[in-house]
Amino acid sequence: MNHDAYPDNYIRGILNSVKSIAMVGASPVNVRPSYFAFKYLAQRGYDMIPINPGHVGKELLGKPFVASLSDLGRPVDMIDIFRNSSHIMPVIEEALTLDPLPKVIWMQLGARDDAAAAKAESVGIKVVMNRCPKIEYGRLSSEISWMGVNSRTLSSKRAPVPTQGMRLSLNRTSVGGGDTAASDRAAKNKSEQS
Amino acid sequence: MSDRLPGFSTLAVHAGAQPDPTTGARATPIYQTTSFVFNDADHAASLFGLQAFGNIYTRIGNPTNAVLEERVAALEGGTAALAVASGHAAQVVVLQQLLQPGDEFIAARKLYGGSINQFTHAFKSFGWNVVWADPDDIASFERAVTPRTKAIFIESIANPAGSITDIEAISTVARKAGVPLIVDNTLASPYLIRPIDHGADIVVHSLTKFLGGHGNSLGGIIVDAGTFDWSAGGKYPMLSEPRPEYHGIRLQETFGNFAFAIACRVLGLRDLGPALSPFNAFMILTGIETLPLRMQKHCDNAKAVAEFLAGHPAVASVSYAGLPSDKYNQLARKYAPKGAGAVFTFSLKGGYDAGVNLVSKLQLFSHLANVGDTRSLVIHPASTTHSQLDDAAKVKSGAGPDVVRLSVGIEDKEDLIADLEQALGA
Repeated sequence: MNHDAYPDNYIRGILNSVKSIAMVGASPVNVRPSYFAFKYLAQRGYDMIPINPGHVGKELLGKPFVASLSDLGRPVDMIDIFRNSSHIMPVIEEALTLDPLPKVIWMQLGARDDAAAAKAESVGIKVVMNRCPKIEYGRLSSEISWMGVNSRTLSSKRAPVPTQGMRLSLNRTSVGGGDTAASDRAAKNKSEQS
Repeated sequence: MSDRLPGFSTLAVHAGAQPDPTTGARATPIYQTTSFVFNDADHAASLFGLQAFGNIYTRIGNPTNAVLEERVAALEGGTAALAVASGHAAQVVVLQQLLQPGDEFIAARKLYGGSINQFTHAFKSFGWNVVWADPDDIASFERAVTPRTKAIFIESIANPAGSITDIEAISTVARKAGVPLIVDNTLASPYLIRPIDHGADIVVHSLTKFLGGHGNSLGGIIVDAGTFDWSAGGKYPMLSEPRPEYHGIRLQETFGNFAFAIACRVLGLRDLGPALSPFNAFMILTGIETLPLRMQKHCDNAKAVAEFLAGHPAVASVSYAGLPSDKYNQLARKYAPKGAGAVFTFSLKGGYDAGVNLVSKLQLFSHLANVGDTRSLVIHPASTTHSQLDDAAKVKSGAGPDVVRLSVGIEDKEDLIADLEQALGA
C-alpha cells in the first residue's frame, strides 16, 4: 500500500467492515484527540475498547479500560494507535502475537512508522497511517461537511436524517478534482525529512 | 463509489451540496436561522467542545454556508474552507491566527487599494506590521524576511493592473523562511488559477467578485491548503499550543491538515464575529454554479476590449497580461492559460482629465467601485479606490493619475467596444 495517499475505497472498505476497535492510548481527558475519536466511533456504532495501563479499573464512556493488547481476552477487528511515531513498533509487535490477528492497524494523525507498517502488512494486516478514523468516517459520510471540510465526495441522492448512534452511509462518489494532492505531498515531504 | 475524477465544472455545480435530508429540496436551502437545537445535553457539550460535527449558532457555522465552504475548498483543491462576511474579514481572520502583536508579515506592493489601507492602518493598530515587497522583484521578498515574519501575502492576479504574480517563486521564499504563503485569488478565481497547485498554503477570496459574480452579495472565504506544518518551531501558538478558549485543545494535533480552517472558525470567526449571512451564501453558491461559463466569457471579452484599446489613438498604453506584448504575458501563459482575467488598466494620453471625461461619457460601463460583476465596470482609481495613497504610492501600485481600470463583463463584446469608442472619440 502507498502510505502517502490512500484511495477512498481502501479507507471505506476498512470502515465498512470492522466492528470492534481497540484504541491504544485512549485518554479519559475530554480535550484529547483520542477521547474525541473514541466517543465519536462509539456513537457511530463501533464496539470500542480503551487500552491504557494507567487507567485500569476505570471506565471510558462506560467501557472498562484494558491494560494492554495482550490483556484483551477477545478478538478485535482493528487496533487504533494513539502514540507518537517512535512508540509504534512495540505496539505492532504485541499486536502480531494476538490470535486471531487484527484485520487492520490504524495509526493516528501525525503517527507514521513505515518499518512497523511493513511488518504488519507482511502477515496480511491492512495498515493506515497518519489519519484519524473519526475524520475519515465524517469525510466519507460527508458529516464533516458541517465544518466546511472538503469531503472529496459527491452525491445526488437524498441522505437520511442523521440520528444519534446511527451508522452513516460511506458509499458516496469520491472525487479527485477537488482532491488534496497538495496536502498529501506536504505530508510526504515531511515524513521524508524526518 | 468509483474513484473517477470529475472536472471543474462538475464540482462547481455539485461539490458540497446534496438534496436536503428532510425535504428532498434539490437547490441548497437558505437556513436563515441564528441557532440550532441540540439533541440533548451531551450533544450540546460535544458540539461546544468540538468533539462532534454539527451546528450550534450561525456565527460559528451554518448549513448553507457550509455548502459554500466545501464547494470553494473543492474548486481550489484545499482541505477545508471558512466563509466570512467579506474579503476584508477573511484577511483579518487569517492574520489573527498567525500574528501576535509586534509580528510582521510581508505583502506584495501591488494589491487592492482597500487591502493596502487595511494592512497599513487598521492592522498597525493591532501591532501587526506590514513590510512591503515588489512582486516583480522576488529578491525583495527574501530581503524582507526577519525572525518576526509570520506570513507572506500576495494576489495571484494583482489589482488594479491585472499583473500576474510568480506564485511559485514567492512560495519558494516562504518555504525557506518557514512561513505560510497566503494568496488572494479574487481576480483569477480557481477557474483561471489554483494557487495551491503552485505552492500557496492559504487562499483567500472576496466572494463578492467573480465567484459570486453578479454584484449582489458581499462575502469572503479562507481556504486551507492543508500543506503547512504549524507545529514546527512553535511559531504559531494558535495552532500548536493548548488553547484556553477550548480547555487546552491543540488544534493541529486534533484536526491535522484542516486545523487552520478550524482555527479560523473557532478562534477567529467565533470571537471576532464577521459571519456571512446564509442568504448571501445562497446567492454566491448560485453564482458559482456558472463560474466556468462566466469566467471564460469575461476573459474572452477582456482580451477583445484590450486589443481594441491598444489600437486606439487616444490610449497611451494598455496593461493587460493577455496581450502578447505585455510584460506579464509569459507569466499569464504559465499561470492562467485559459485567460488573463477581466480586470485591467489602461492610460490615456490626456491624463487625469481625460480619465474623468471618459468615465462620465460611458453608457454601458458603470462607474463604481467593484469588480467581477456580470456588468462591465469602470473606475478611475486615482480619484477613488487608491485616492488615499500618496502620488508615489499610487504609481507604485499601478494607479497613477492617467490610469483607468476596467472590469469587463459578459455582455456582447461588440457593444462594449462601441461604448468605449464613442466615449473616447467624443
